Amino acid sequence: MTLTSVATVAAALSLLIGSIFIVIGSVGLLKFNDPMTRLHAPTKVGTLGIGMLLLASILASIAKGDPSMHELLIMAFLFVTAPVSANFIAKVCIHSRACKTPPSPPRDGTWSTLDTPDGDGTPAPQGR
Amino acid sequence: MMRAYHWLLPHPFLTLILTVVWVMLQNQVSAGMVVFGLILGIIIPRMTAIWWPDRPKGFRLGKMSVYSLIVLWDILVANVQVAWVVLTVPNARLKPAWIVVPLELKQPEAITVLAGTITLTPGTVSADLSDEGHSLLVHVLHTDDPDAIRDDIKTRYERRLLEIFS
Repeated sequence: MTLTSVATVAAALSLLIGSIFIVIGSVGLLKFNDPMTRLHAPTKVGTLGIGMLLLASILASIAKGDPSMHELLIMAFLFVTAPVSANFIAKVCIHSRACKTPPSPPRDGTWSTLDTPDGDGTPAPQGR
Repeated sequence: MMRAYHWLLPHPFLTLILTVVWVMLQNQVSAGMVVFGLILGIIIPRMTAIWWPDRPKGFRLGKMSVYSLIVLWDILVANVQVAWVVLTVPNARLKPAWIVVPLELKQPEAITVLAGTITLTPGTVSADLSDEGHSLLVHVLHTDDPDAIRDDIKTRYERRLLEIFS
């Protein structure tokens, strides 16, 4: 059992695991019926699914004898940017009343998404 | 001397990260690449310093690495849990919930890291911040006990972040 074959088998395994998680994430996206619960599916795919595929890419490059570390950068940038898009989708859901209105915060007036100057049907912020 | 240092390196940590990213982009470590990365790492923070007036005061790199490992492990565990929820719990029995997390963190950088951590961990998405920044709104996919998740976020992540950014 050489290093090459170990790396190849490990790459195949991580490809398999990553694909399973991506399939499950897509199933979740189709199955859930509410925008906020649907949002949970892509965050899952974005972390473990893509992470395992990139790990497979690293292992395959080692098996080919030309180690590559670009995948670590992809993972780092993905982990930094993925929450931003999820946050924006959540904000749109709250703003457009596509979901149940969240309970108001204990110490402050309201949530910043609901704090609109024209007051589109939201309770006016209090305790300023 | 200190002022010259602050003028040249407004964000020393950003300089380090830019250099490391540049070397990793090249995929090989050579002296020339490190020097060029350093030059980029000095020029870019200097040119963008106007838009970054503040920097986090204390930042403990060692504790941050421990924190990253904990988060990676939590992502693995939570992924399996959420996959199980997706496959086995029918929509009618799903119990999504809003959770309000009162924040002790004050620094914007620390709150950003906390919100990012919550979103990256499957099963929870940080949705919004209250208008004065004292609470974080989190959406949970499936839970029987929202208070337990709130306490978990506070003890597991926020306490550590308070130590990192102090």
